[in-house]
Amino acid sequence: MHMADALLSPVVGGTMWAATAGVAAYSIKKVQTDLDEQKIPLMGVMGAFVFAAQMINFTIPATGSSGHIGGGMLLAILLGPYAGFLTMASILTIQALFFADGGLLALGSNIFNLGFFTCFIAYPLIYKRILRNGYFSGRILTGAILAAILGLQLGAFSVVLETLLSGKTELPFSTFVMLMQPIHLAIGVVEGMVTAAIVGFVWKERPEIIEKAALGETLGSISIKKVLAVLTIVAVLTGGVFSWFASSNPDGLEWSMFKTSGVEELKAQDGIHQTLSSIQEKIAFLPDYSFKAKENETNTKATEAVAAAWPAVDAGTSVAGLVGALITLLFAGLIGLSIHLIKKRNNARAV
Amino acid sequence: MIIMTNIMESLYNIRILDELAEKRTVIHNIHPLIKLLTTIAYVIITVSFGKYELSNLLPLLFYPIVIITLAEIPVIPILKRILVVLPFIIGIGVFNPLFDPEPMLVFLGLQISGGWVSFLSIIIKGFLTLLAALILISTTGMTWIASALRLLRIPRLFVLQLLLTYRYISVIMEEAGRTWNAYMLRAPGQQGVSFKISGPLAGQLLMRTYDRAQRVYQAMSLRGFIGEYNPGEVKKVTVKDCLFLGGWVAFFSVCRYINLPALIGSVVTGVMT
Amino acid sequence: MSHHIVDFIDTYFTYPDQTQAVKGITLCISHGESVAIVGANGAGKSSLLKLLTGICLPTKGEIRIGETPVTKKTLPIIRQKIGFTFQDPDDQLFMTTVYDDVAFGPRNYGIGEPEVEKRVMKALETVGAVHLKDRAPYKLSGGEKRAAAIAAVLSMEPDILVMDEPSAALDPRARRRLINLLRSFMHTKIVATHDLDMVLETCDRTIVLKEGKVVCDGSSTTILANEELLEQCGLEKPLALQNCPRCGAKKE
Ligand SMILES: Nc1ncnc2c1ncn2[C@@H]1O[C@H](COP(=O)(O)OP(=O)(O)O)[C@@H](O)[C@H]1O
Ligand SMILES: [Mg+2]
Repeated sequence: MHMADALLSPVVGGTMWAATAGVAAYSIKKVQTDLDEQKIPLMGVMGAFVFAAQMINFTIPATGSSGHIGGGMLLAILLGPYAGFLTMASILTIQALFFADGGLLALGSNIFNLGFFTCFIAYPLIYKRILRNGYFSGRILTGAILAAILGLQLGAFSVVLETLLSGKTELPFSTFVMLMQPIHLAIGVVEGMVTAAIVGFVWKERPEIIEKAALGETLGSISIKKVLAVLTIVAVLTGGVFSWFASSNPDGLEWSMFKTSGVEELKAQDGIHQTLSSIQEKIAFLPDYSFKAKENETNTKATEAVAAAWPAVDAGTSVAGLVGALITLLFAGLIGLSIHLIKKRNNARAV
Repeated sequence: MIIMTNIMESLYNIRILDELAEKRTVIHNIHPLIKLLTTIAYVIITVSFGKYELSNLLPLLFYPIVIITLAEIPVIPILKRILVVLPFIIGIGVFNPLFDPEPMLVFLGLQISGGWVSFLSIIIKGFLTLLAALILISTTGMTWIASALRLLRIPRLFVLQLLLTYRYISVIMEEAGRTWNAYMLRAPGQQGVSFKISGPLAGQLLMRTYDRAQRVYQAMSLRGFIGEYNPGEVKKVTVKDCLFLGGWVAFFSVCRYINLPALIGSVVTGVMT
Repeated sequence: MSHHIVDFIDTYFTYPDQTQAVKGITLCISHGESVAIVGANGAGKSSLLKLLTGICLPTKGEIRIGETPVTKKTLPIIRQKIGFTFQDPDDQLFMTTVYDDVAFGPRNYGIGEPEVEKRVMKALETVGAVHLKDRAPYKLSGGEKRAAAIAAVLSMEPDILVMDEPSAALDPRARRRLINLLRSFMHTKIVATHDLDMVLETCDRTIVLKEGKVVCDGSSTTILANEELLEQCGLEKPLALQNCPRCGAKKE
């Protein structure tokens, strides 16, 4: 499931970008210290493989479910977590650019949701643990399914949180969760079964491919502590980056995070909003930041009324807004048309 | 079969954008880094609009319209692509009218709820941001995007790997098509692909991919590759490029802070009454 | 001191899965020679070339390029001297444009960008592919891919050009152009192939392999006329040397 730009606020999107950048930088360092330059083309070509594998829709008999793999778990198994994460990042970047899957702001979230949880949580904590004592078909299946399910559940939950924190949807938290998690349970089962089938087959035919991947991983056992440490560092860094970002924009992008939408259902989140803003206040290193944020918070109601002339229950402004909108559209169309015509004439003249 | 059509469609999609990127127009000649930064600014500003803002967003349309016409990008395939992707955004946004029924504006005597306004706002934002991404790639191309990433200090290792993935998509996809055909010849009349085949089908492909990766590595190391990748020099950013970026960012900011349609509207209606 | 540019001294090679691909090969090649390595599928041609380029290291015996033995340590030096084109050009054209691909080698050796450009353009001119420089590899025809792959090794200015089945999967016209190209090279050339007609036109010397061993080594015209020998090695006399199929009259 791909997160989309339109569902994100700049702050949430930016934070996820920073988190992704942090994990990616760490992974690159790890891959580089591996000193196995053979891995680079392997990552590249495997990325293309996953791209192709995503085209195949498999049906799971007796369940009526079908789907294609995302490939995160497969990449982690074949390349190890660091290289797997980076490869996933490449795949998603190409999809964002060429297939408009999600968009550029959401790319950070997508890499994190689909790459981080599978490669750095589900793979080391479940898959590796289950297959600790060697490969057996049964264990591959259990390990892959459980790991894929966990990875996708976390990813889906992350999508829910990001969307809600962005304040673009009115979906209540519980409804959203009830919508997302079960769907991703089914997706996780398909992902796990197909991944296990592929890994099992390759392991039987050419065990060295699987074994090499497992061996080449110098830091195969990632401890929870390490993961948490990385996450904390990333969080602190992003907080720092964004408080700087906020205060260096004197007018402030209208942070929807700090907006109270006025709708009852969103009240539940206010707690999170407040904690987030207080954290950001604490780590802000430019003094006028906290002032800014408070001002933002108190002024949102007022600015919203002033800035958004159209969305207000007032027939007069609505008409003006509508007329203005139509003129804008017309004008935009005219500009496009005239550039087109001028170009055409110039081209004709050139010939 | 679905797989073949999927593969053909994806390849076609990539190729059409690649071909567009090979054109030589004013827009194509702008520095890749500048285009990337402009796109990022556009996307951030677009999504920074409040959730009930609608008419405000419309002036942002100028950017894609101007770029598309100047860069001579055909509209239909681009719009088609966005239509394929929009449903997810709609799927999430469609709940807004359900949960936010408070009336927000009156239109032709009809009360429209806040939920509908925010839903529409999400769709417009989705449309604009996805459009921006497609415009970027179809006026720049992957090779130049990669060089822009290098200028942004993205590690070479990642850039090289990204390029390799992109390069081998068509090779591996074609191989996937052949593997698939070979399977279908030996197992005719099968409906859909049971996941049981996924082992042999995708597994075969994976093993061949692995071998290919090894040959690619050999080819690279025979030409002196020792883990470092030197992407060569990228052209310099010119004054013209800076003006492009500055001009658009200024325009986006104006769109963000001044409600142009409302302004025009009130002037026009004011004159009329 | 040897004046040979390539020296195989009783070389053996076994793959990790215990396939013995090269079983005691001794041969030497001098400066400027053009040598064809021929043999049926699985005869060990590719394996021999892999040993020559150091992709694989011999399990027994020694290989020397000029004065330098091929070992793990000397690989960087060896590889600067040898330009190797793979059987499948897709393995070799790994960058997204032809230009970047041809520039990949020189850039890796830390050559400044102006000099890189000079070399790239020269290599592309040599193979007649300047017009392809901004193309993506997947948009090239088989012959164009081959030309680009050759340019990619020429830009490194190697002393020895080594090719694995360069005429495989080429249509007649592309094959003809390849032959003309090969004839124009003054390099030391080593070409593995079963295209014996091409051998006749491009290589003075032929080495016949069978099951990992050298069966015969000598002038191409003599060896390629030896029907019996070729048959034994799973090959067929080149068309150019076969009698006229209609009247049985000898050519020329
Ligand atoms: N990577 C490999 N692993 C194991 N055996 C191989 C490998 N490559 C080639 N062989 C075997 O080595 C022998 C020689 O192969 P090769 O050198 O490719 O022959 P040719 O190029 O003349 O067709 C064959 O029996 C082949 O099966
Ligand atoms: Mg061969």
